[in-house]
Amino acid sequence: MSRLRQGGLIDRSRPLSFSFDGRSLAGFAGDTLASALIANDVALVGRSFKYHRPRGIFSAGSEEPNALVELGAGARREPNTRATTVELYDGLIAASQNRWPSLAFDLFAINALLSPLLGAGFYYKTFMWPAKAWEKIYEPAIRRAAGLGRASLEPDPDAYEKAHAFCDVLVIGAGPAGLMAARASARAGARVILADEDFLLGGRLNAERCEVDGEAGSAFAANAVAELASLPNVRVFSRTTVFGVYDSGIYGALERVGDHLAEPLAYAPRQRLWRIVAKRAVLAAGATERPIVFGGNDRPGVMAAQAVQTYLNRFAAMPARQIALFANNDSAWRVGLDIARAGGEVAAIIDIRRAVAPTLTEEARRLGVRILLGGQVVSTSGKRLRSIKVATEKGVERLSVDGLAISGGFSPNLHLAGHHGGRPAWKDDIAAFVPGRAPPGLLVAGAAAGRFGLAACLADGVEKGAMAARDLGFHRKPDAPPRAEDEAAAVEPFWRVGASRGAAFVDFQNDVTAKDVQIAHAEGFRAVEHLKRYTTLGMATDQGKTSNVTGLAIMAALAGRSIAETGATTFRPPYTPVAIAAFAGHHRGKDFRPTRPTPTHAWAERQGAVFVETGLWLRAQYFPRAGERDWLESVTREVKATRASVGLIDASTFGKIDLQGRDVGAFLDRVYINTFSTLPIGKVRYGIMLREDGFVMDDGTTARLGETHYLMTTTTANAAKIYQHLEFCLQKLWPELDVKLTSVTEQWAQIALAGPNARRVLRAVIDAGVDLSNDALPYMGAREATVMGGVKARLFRVSFSGELGYEIAVPARHGEALANALMEAGRGYDIAPYGVEALSVMRIEKGHVSGPELNGQTTARDLGFGRLASAKKHYIGRVMADRPALRDPARPSLAGFKPVDRVSRLRAGAHFTALGKPAAIEHDEGHMTSVAFSPSLGHWIGLGLLARGSERIGERMRACDPVRGGDVEVEICSPVFVDPDGERLRV
Amino acid sequence: MRIPCPYCGWRDAQEFAYLGDATVERPDPAAADAPARFHDYVYLRENPAGPHSELWRHSAGCRQWLAVRRDTTTHEIIAAEFVRGRGARR
Amino acid sequence: MGYSVLSLIANALTGQRGWTPAWRDAEPKPFYDVVIVGGGGHGLATAYYLAKEHGLRHVAVVEKGWIGSGNAGRNTTIIRSNYLLPGNEAFYEWSMKLWEGLEQDLNYNAMVSQRGVLNLYHSDAQRDAYARRGNAMRLHGVDAELLDEAQIRRLYPFLDFDNARFPIKGGLLQRRGGTARHDAVVWAYARAADRLGVDIVQNCEVKGFLRENGAVSGVETTRGAIKAGKIGLAVAGASSRLAGLADLKLPIESHVLQAFVSEGLKPMIAGVVTFGAGHFYISQSDKGGLVFGGDIDGYNSYAQRGNLPTIEDVCEGGMALMPALGRVRVLRHWGGVMDMSMDGSPIIDRTPIAGLYLNAGWCYGGFKATPASGWCFAHLIARDAPHPVARAFRLDRFATGRLIDEKGVGAQPNLH
Repeated sequence: MSRLRQGGLIDRSRPLSFSFDGRSLAGFAGDTLASALIANDVALVGRSFKYHRPRGIFSAGSEEPNALVELGAGARREPNTRATTVELYDGLIAASQNRWPSLAFDLFAINALLSPLLGAGFYYKTFMWPAKAWEKIYEPAIRRAAGLGRASLEPDPDAYEKAHAFCDVLVIGAGPAGLMAARASARAGARVILADEDFLLGGRLNAERCEVDGEAGSAFAANAVAELASLPNVRVFSRTTVFGVYDSGIYGALERVGDHLAEPLAYAPRQRLWRIVAKRAVLAAGATERPIVFGGNDRPGVMAAQAVQTYLNRFAAMPARQIALFANNDSAWRVGLDIARAGGEVAAIIDIRRAVAPTLTEEARRLGVRILLGGQVVSTSGKRLRSIKVATEKGVERLSVDGLAISGGFSPNLHLAGHHGGRPAWKDDIAAFVPGRAPPGLLVAGAAAGRFGLAACLADGVEKGAMAARDLGFHRKPDAPPRAEDEAAAVEPFWRVGASRGAAFVDFQNDVTAKDVQIAHAEGFRAVEHLKRYTTLGMATDQGKTSNVTGLAIMAALAGRSIAETGATTFRPPYTPVAIAAFAGHHRGKDFRPTRPTPTHAWAERQGAVFVETGLWLRAQYFPRAGERDWLESVTREVKATRASVGLIDASTFGKIDLQGRDVGAFLDRVYINTFSTLPIGKVRYGIMLREDGFVMDDGTTARLGETHYLMTTTTANAAKIYQHLEFCLQKLWPELDVKLTSVTEQWAQIALAGPNARRVLRAVIDAGVDLSNDALPYMGAREATVMGGVKARLFRVSFSGELGYEIAVPARHGEALANALMEAGRGYDIAPYGVEALSVMRIEKGHVSGPELNGQTTARDLGFGRLASAKKHYIGRVMADRPALRDPARPSLAGFKPVDRVSRLRAGAHFTALGKPAAIEHDEGHMTSVAFSPSLGHWIGLGLLARGSERIGERMRACDPVRGGDVEVEICSPVFVDPDGERLRV
Repeated sequence: MRIPCPYCGWRDAQEFAYLGDATVERPDPAAADAPARFHDYVYLRENPAGPHSELWRHSAGCRQWLAVRRDTTTHEIIAAEFVRGRGARR
Repeated sequence: MGYSVLSLIANALTGQRGWTPAWRDAEPKPFYDVVIVGGGGHGLATAYYLAKEHGLRHVAVVEKGWIGSGNAGRNTTIIRSNYLLPGNEAFYEWSMKLWEGLEQDLNYNAMVSQRGVLNLYHSDAQRDAYARRGNAMRLHGVDAELLDEAQIRRLYPFLDFDNARFPIKGGLLQRRGGTARHDAVVWAYARAADRLGVDIVQNCEVKGFLRENGAVSGVETTRGAIKAGKIGLAVAGASSRLAGLADLKLPIESHVLQAFVSEGLKPMIAGVVTFGAGHFYISQSDKGGLVFGGDIDGYNSYAQRGNLPTIEDVCEGGMALMPALGRVRVLRHWGGVMDMSMDGSPIIDRTPIAGLYLNAGWCYGGFKATPASGWCFAHLIARDAPHPVARAFRLDRFATGRLIDEKGVGAQPNLH
């Protein structure tokens, strides 16, 4: 056990058991998986991406490049999970990944031996011969070797939620700067949200031995958090990562609600996606320690110095027995001193600098720590680190150590400040990039802004928090920042040990070495983005948090440029990876999109309907009856019943737009190709609308209910689009017109009743005194009425089926009652409810166009409506419909089709080619748009768009359908197959 | 991205439908050169990198068409008003 | 240096000291026969084919930043030739044919991988629309298969077949479709063009055009004036801006399209799958990352980044299609600036200005077109006549009405 007997911010009264690669281990509440593994002396945790090198734990935070595990099992298996951010829970199961057959013995480690062949970009230079071998041999092998963890192939069983929050000031990060920023803003009166990715707030205050206002840093943090949590204008989110900065002050944040539990609580989500709308934000995300590049710097046991300090102080876990430190800055010295004070053995502090602040060297000497100034680690050995070689001016010395804490300086966590493209600026004095132009409203405080000292962080937090509040009108003189010391923080830029042996890693996770950067340089991939893309530097799951700056610094040196000239790659959200399910929330499965049932849905269910998705609507597709073999038999029966007697269908899904005002007629004349201003009251007219580019947008009927009152119907699919279009015309184009319009699609249930007995059935539900005679309510007539004893209704004598038909509209809540009443009234006539399939069959028999013909590529002339267009008025689309290609007589136009051999089946999507010609594109003359088995004719029929189709009645063509193996000879005919004169409509 | 609807206040852009360039004016269809003018009206739109006047409809709100001034390089919203021209500015 | 196993071994034995720049970082010369503006895939391919197919020896590609920094470096790497309309299909099939021989031609492994592109359908109407498209492909001699649900289940058993809001009923499969490594395509063309003498000039932004008697005679750049016999624009995302420098207004709007990559995973998704009931498509790179995307954000933008509603919409589509994706994490998302044309199809044509040629309007589909776009643009520039497979991509088609509107949504770029 490497657990110290005392100390740390773990709860020793709550032991937890967990397993790693099948081995049962124990930890405490307050541990991360990584700290618990360290406490159990587990050093080998994973394998690297390319060379499958053994890897341990490098960091103590979300920047972790090495210790990636598969967390959980079965449907909850979560690949690539950073052990350093997993909060330990009882029963946690974790497994190493990217190794076979086992972590300790991984056959793919042979890649490491081949590494001279596998340098940057090697795959671009080979695997090209023979060409076919790529998909068959090379690529499958590469794909199997690549990747990291394994995703589960089972549906994610957990729930996810989305939520919105609004605040004046969002503070990102609850370290010293963030806590002070939140406190200053909150004390000034601003509504504050404080969010931190950790489950314990305080950041470095919990990881370092420090004092603030005379108390231990961790106690100060706990008190500050308690104060904030007690304020009514503050919300504190722990376990919450603000991952992205979007526009207008919108921040994306992920709250891990249930990830510290084996399973989320009942009725609670696993994670919650927040859209936080903040007027101001303070980014106080701290800084990340960089490694130094030298041979064997990736060996398990080599760890960031700050991480060693965190495991020691926060988790009371000593990562190794004998630890050396290797650094270019003062910070690492304090880690060494902390280890020594905790009773650990510090083999040496190796600093590349020849001169270091006496306060540090004196304290180290006092604690008996050996100091090697001007020293560099040149190599390491051991599967788990056993020894290092250190070169100083006195020569090379071997040190037996099982831990090496390294520090190449710190990089401010400025990622979010760069999400709007602001380029960071290089500062030589701290050897780091600091934020450039930040997104509007975002201030950066503390270490994230390059102010590394503790006192500086606290003071900067107070200042930025107060500034954010003041910007919003919350004026209060901020309190003095708490007392603390700015520790020594000198740094000398140093990236790479030049004379080291063995693979020297820049990007641990993607196995990018210093040599790879050299190759990229030699081959001209010197722009930072080329470097990144050619070597994959910084493209792993850590997004290069520990590697980007080092890599580009090495490139800068090779290219003889400054780091400032070299620049950084673009920071992209999310700051840390976010589960796809979290972005999706509850929008999955049946809840992917809302479901719109029709007003008669429950009635249709009782009638045994099979439903079909029509946009968001669910409509009855057909109503199977016992003994019917398939849908075709049911649909055929429904059509026959309707044509022979009477049937009904819910037509409520058509868009309904109510238009009122003095100028509605004039308005409609401008949006339809035909005229509506002359439509008499009590009449309905069919109309075609064009887009401004001259193609057909939609069709439908519009009724005139009164002098200044019209009711328009649109197709189901285009209801929203047409409504938007009409609003545009009114508000933008013709605001002078007196027209008010509103959508009433959902206010009215509308049932179509069709068939020779429709009038008789309707008479039974209509209230007395309503004359339904052909004279009183002729074809294309409309009137108001009452049905079922006083229910307000509108009657439209229209027909899509081609039979005597009525559409009866009642307030939506009466829709089901109307359906029942009609069924009851129709019992003596064998009334049949029919679905959209039968509707479609009947409209094809009648040659009515629908979605497949109104496909946005057809003109009114193509569809046979050329004569409908008024030549006496201007309307939307008229000018552009006159373009040469739209007037071309050779365009495909609507025609009907019958199989020459009447038993053949037709299929929509078939292309028409000339008989006796090969089925090739040069003979392609159009396509079949809609087909149906016609019960009336006893064979398949089709509608199609064929070049000069309407002029070619009687000709024969091939209907080629190679994707379904179909090739049917068809005869071109009129698109109206049933009752061409419309006699049945008018009876 | 959030848009200040003059009627409803600041709302997420998700509530709005987009139609692009607000500066084009529908030509007179009776003009002698109507085909050329309509070609430009339908197909040639301003596409600046910078402030742009554009049409948005508050579909999930007051259903009004707005002319929004917005910077296409930063997504900063500069102003929004009803296209009907009778509304208040924000 | 030629690339081969031998060159790898030779360098492995000599400490990787033998590698040389893949292309020269050229200094601009005062005059070229042709200057291509835009060092993306299309521009570099154009230069390569100008040199290789048309024998031009004085060609330069000028690029504002580093080559491949535009949409060539930020797309989702899909290649396919599954178009409906005759104006498009022959062109994209020519592109596919060029992809199939690209690596041997360029001596560069761009990881062209024909693992199949599958478009799912969820309704009978959608099935018929895909049948129409698949039949059009077959009439063009292109491979297309219409699969039913059982066949899809065998290919991708972990899709949501049983609890879906919009059930999967089948799909249109083009087995020859797939992906290619986008950056490598840029580098491959750059290297091959360079070897034929093309000057690739990076960090060279065009600020204006030199004019003589109404014609263009060169470009004014941040690295000085460069005279040119002919100038080709291949600057998708910035076409309006560049054309504006020549006082041309284009039927194009610039929109942001977002793209996503997940953390690296062991092989999970073999080919490219598109969801037909929402805006979502996905594939898995050879490195293991799931590469996916959806609809454009829908507003004009040059910001190369988008917003949460679209991000959420894309992931909702992903979860609706593949509920096993839930715990897979989005590693990075970014945006590219799309040249959205007014009918959703590209433009490869002369402009009204003599000497100025335009390659633009690729919407969100330019990557797959890279080889044929370069091929046909080079043909147009060299011979002043359109290549047969690209002759529909005229700039005047909006006036004549000979539109190539695959989706049938009209002049509304954000719906294409």
